[in-house]
Amino acid sequence: MDDPLIIAGREFRSRLVTGTGGAANLSVLERALVASGTELTTVAMRRVDAAGQTGVLELLRRLGIEVLPNTAGCRTSAEAVLTAQLAREALETNWVKLEVVHDEETLLPDPVELLDAAERLVDDGFVVLPYTSDDPVLARKLEDVGCATVMPLGSPIGTGLGIRNPHNIELITSRASVPVVLDAGIGTASDAALAMELGCSAVLLATAVTRAQDPERMGAAMRCAVEGGRLARLAGRIPQRFWAQASSPGL
Amino acid sequence: MKAQVNGTPRDLADGTSVAAVVSLVGAPDKGVAVALDGAVVPRALWEKTIVPDGGVVEVLTAVQGG
Repeated sequence: MDDPLIIAGREFRSRLVTGTGGAANLSVLERALVASGTELTTVAMRRVDAAGQTGVLELLRRLGIEVLPNTAGCRTSAEAVLTAQLAREALETNWVKLEVVHDEETLLPDPVELLDAAERLVDDGFVVLPYTSDDPVLARKLEDVGCATVMPLGSPIGTGLGIRNPHNIELITSRASVPVVLDAGIGTASDAALAMELGCSAVLLATAVTRAQDPERMGAAMRCAVEGGRLARLAGRIPQRFWAQASSPGL
Repeated sequence: MKAQVNGTPRDLADGTSVAAVVSLVGAPDKGVAVALDGAVVPRALWEKTIVPDGGVVEVLTAVQGG
């Protein structure tokens, strides 16, 4: 069944976008990425002398996975815009996962700075994929300024708390005309499947795979969950009922 | 003259280029970008761009994250 994910005119067969943070080493990361089937993966931008790890770009290129730089760590619109511009220069891509967080404890998006940065980056020719809260109004405004996707959180980054407000996610997917990517909070496969059942076009996750006891197996689990959730969404679930309804004919 | 490179104060020779600072910090050949005083310096201008006294240079690369 041909059902590609299309973001800004580019087609992806996989509906799973992964991060690269949290993996014990590049070898573990490689096995997890391959098992997940991802075709688009985030990297962060850091000062060269603080980078510590290198080789992630070479790994992604060798695996044929598109690089999606993020603006993780940015707290203001100005910081995020500069980081995106540096990423574009360093990685030769105009795609950016836009993150502007308010504080380190919650890592929740700062909606005011986020919207401002999104508008500036779209004006500067970027394909902007914003990490946002699960606020349907903010999601609409991000779409209105020209973002290529909206990427609401299920719960705060790295918590594994799943989708805390499924109704909000459904409100967002029901009105969006760009792909909705559930970003952050995924803990296990059922969370990813639920995101797809709620109408998301894709799921973005990192920690749930990279910090699982067996990242390779969890990568495979997420791949299956996203595919299963997508099929269920397209198939159309039965309505929920209060009383039982026999599935066998009467005697 | 003095400049700040990736958050660290450095004494640099007058006329030091951005390209020289990139080698100084040991940046890899690919996947690197530079900001001087808050603006991106395109790779093609690294040799020509001289770091001014008091300049703030950031040399960034991609790492695992997100």
